[in-house]
Amino acid sequence: MQNSRIANEWDLVIKGSTSLFDLRFKDLWNYRDLLFMFVKRDFVSFYKQTILGPLWFFIQPIFTTLVFTFIFGNLAGISTDGLPQQLFYLAGIISWNYFSDCLTKTSTVFKDNAAIFGKVYFPRLIMPLSIVVSNLVRFGVQMLLFLLMMMYFYFFPQTNATFHLTYAVLSVPFLVVLMALLGLGIGLIITAMTTKYKDLTFLVTFGVQLLMYGTTVIYPLSEAKKKFGGMSKLIEYNPMTGIIEAFRYSFLGKGAFSLWSIGYSSIITVFILFFGILLFNKTEKNFVDTI
Amino acid sequence: MSRPVIQVENLSKAYQIGQIGTGTISRDLERFFVTKILGKEDPFLKIGENNIRSIKGQSDIVWSLKDINFDIHQGDAVGIIGKNGAGKSTLLKLLSRVTSPTTGEIKVKGRIASLLEVGTGFHPELSGRENIYLNGAILGMRKKEITRKLEEIIDFSGVERYIDTPVKRYSSGMYVRLAFAVAAHLESEILIVDEVLAVGDAEFQKKCLGKMGNISKGEGRTVLFVSHNLGAVQNLCSKGLILENGQLVFDGAINESISKYLQGNSFSNELINSSGRKGNGIVKFEKVTVYGNDESQNVVSGQKLNILFKIQNNHSISCNRIRFDVRIEDDFGQRYSWVSSSLVKINNELVPESILIHYPRNNFNNGIYYATIFLTVDDEVADFIENAFQIIVENGDFFNNGKIVPEKQSKILMDFDMIFS
Repeated sequence: MQNSRIANEWDLVIKGSTSLFDLRFKDLWNYRDLLFMFVKRDFVSFYKQTILGPLWFFIQPIFTTLVFTFIFGNLAGISTDGLPQQLFYLAGIISWNYFSDCLTKTSTVFKDNAAIFGKVYFPRLIMPLSIVVSNLVRFGVQMLLFLLMMMYFYFFPQTNATFHLTYAVLSVPFLVVLMALLGLGIGLIITAMTTKYKDLTFLVTFGVQLLMYGTTVIYPLSEAKKKFGGMSKLIEYNPMTGIIEAFRYSFLGKGAFSLWSIGYSSIITVFILFFGILLFNKTEKNFVDTI
Repeated sequence: MSRPVIQVENLSKAYQIGQIGTGTISRDLERFFVTKILGKEDPFLKIGENNIRSIKGQSDIVWSLKDINFDIHQGDAVGIIGKNGAGKSTLLKLLSRVTSPTTGEIKVKGRIASLLEVGTGFHPELSGRENIYLNGAILGMRKKEITRKLEEIIDFSGVERYIDTPVKRYSSGMYVRLAFAVAAHLESEILIVDEVLAVGDAEFQKKCLGKMGNISKGEGRTVLFVSHNLGAVQNLCSKGLILENGQLVFDGAINESISKYLQGNSFSNELINSSGRKGNGIVKFEKVTVYGNDESQNVVSGQKLNILFKIQNNHSISCNRIRFDVRIEDDFGQRYSWVSSSLVKINNELVPESILIHYPRNNFNNGIYYATIFLTVDDEVADFIENAFQIIVENGDFFNNGKIVPEKQSKILMDFDMIFS
């Protein structure tokens, strides 16, 4: 009893081995200003000394959409579920980009910030969280582009392609959070596992690119079911598929939207995120020694 | 006595040296199996060795720190001294939570801010003002706190004119000034400072030391300071910790610590293994001994000062081909003495094996001074060692009246007459 009273007088006890579940969320909260400082830094340093500035956020998705429309829509003739091709691709691209940016940038957090982490302590989780938030800003800007394009197609409808908003649009904030947390969770696992053995980093660079083809970014799930039959289950098991399909259904009215698939994606996300945070927290204590 | 604000118990840190690669994973698995599944002691830590860098060891595991225990009390200014590799930086890293200990624990009361490097996290594209906020937040300040102190920080840094310019356009001096200014205004109860003062000009270094003195003496906050600059440590700190090969060998008042440390270094210094020397090495300094009135006595102001060099003269170079200079500076690099063979007559034919510099009356006041030695053969640099060794001058009765002149009054003491008429 007396021991615990004495221990309480200390604000901080630094030990070699701490409980795996000691996640110190309070610390995280105390450093919340830092999170926004990092977000601001990312944003400001992105467009400083550029002429177009934040417009660059538009350019990448526009060009990707154009190329996808040309290659997958026209050349390969992959169906877009009767939606305007540009809208179909753009919806997939911006959500996939958000997920993959969160994943890839988080997956190098320890490596990229070894210099700062080696010199000063702050809750390390601030860094990946700031990545998620700064990508959210970028995602928001790209959403604007998407909405503009929706307006265009609303006022100048195409004869053979239509779309309509659904009430599911209310679920979009939740979907965005899922994308972010799923990317974050996977990224955290990878960054924690690459501080000592760097093998996984090579997987990330091409893995994420390939994974896009295993997600319904350039084709609708209905089309995959038609063509692959039972194999399409694999695509369904990909938690991002449910999220992107629901996202598309919300705005455009086509896509496989079901509570079951969203529930599935949520459970996987929570599980991966939890595991990621545990692993990250365990790694952060000593990674400076091995990176 | 006030209660401790930092309590360190059995603190140890082991490092793995050598390559990390394919061979390591089998060992990691074995360690995992033994410690986590069998619940036994880590087998690889048992074979750990002392961290003596110059000796090739048997083990891949070295103890950078081993079983350290000490307490630090509120308002103490503690200097951590030790040679390179003694574990100073590791200790600071553990205290500032950059990495965690292998065994043992540190208990802390209050907020710690550590300054292992100035300008951590500065972003080159951001302006000075933006970087103050960023750096401040990294060091643990809240935004409000920074806003409140912004004026003061800018003022202290002396770069007001450039405050809205990206820091990539700053000179290195301005960069450091700004960075230190932020750190100096942290409101933490405990401040940890690694040798950051090695940068910046003498004036700014003085300002930094002054500010740190204020923090500990004026504001009653606790400061931990690591430096090789014993003068600065002595000025600033009230307590000292000496580390040697990862072990704490002394914990006490600063003056005692410093003299202990220097004794440990022995009064004579081997120079033959000095790093950072320049020159072709035809003639090399081997050893230096610094002493006062006679070889058994310390250096005291007002008494004799002798500096005896043993040199390695394998090519039998005679005196007339040699030029030898010694300059003596204080810890701010201010030079107080320069002596040279070019100023005196030298026996031309002799092949020297040692050189003695004799000052009949030592004008240095109490303090620590640094000597740089320079030797040429036929006008080519043979051996040049900057800050080769230290000269520790103790208080002495310079004016023969029992009075001691405080070091702060003057570094140099001169004979004088004062005539009233």
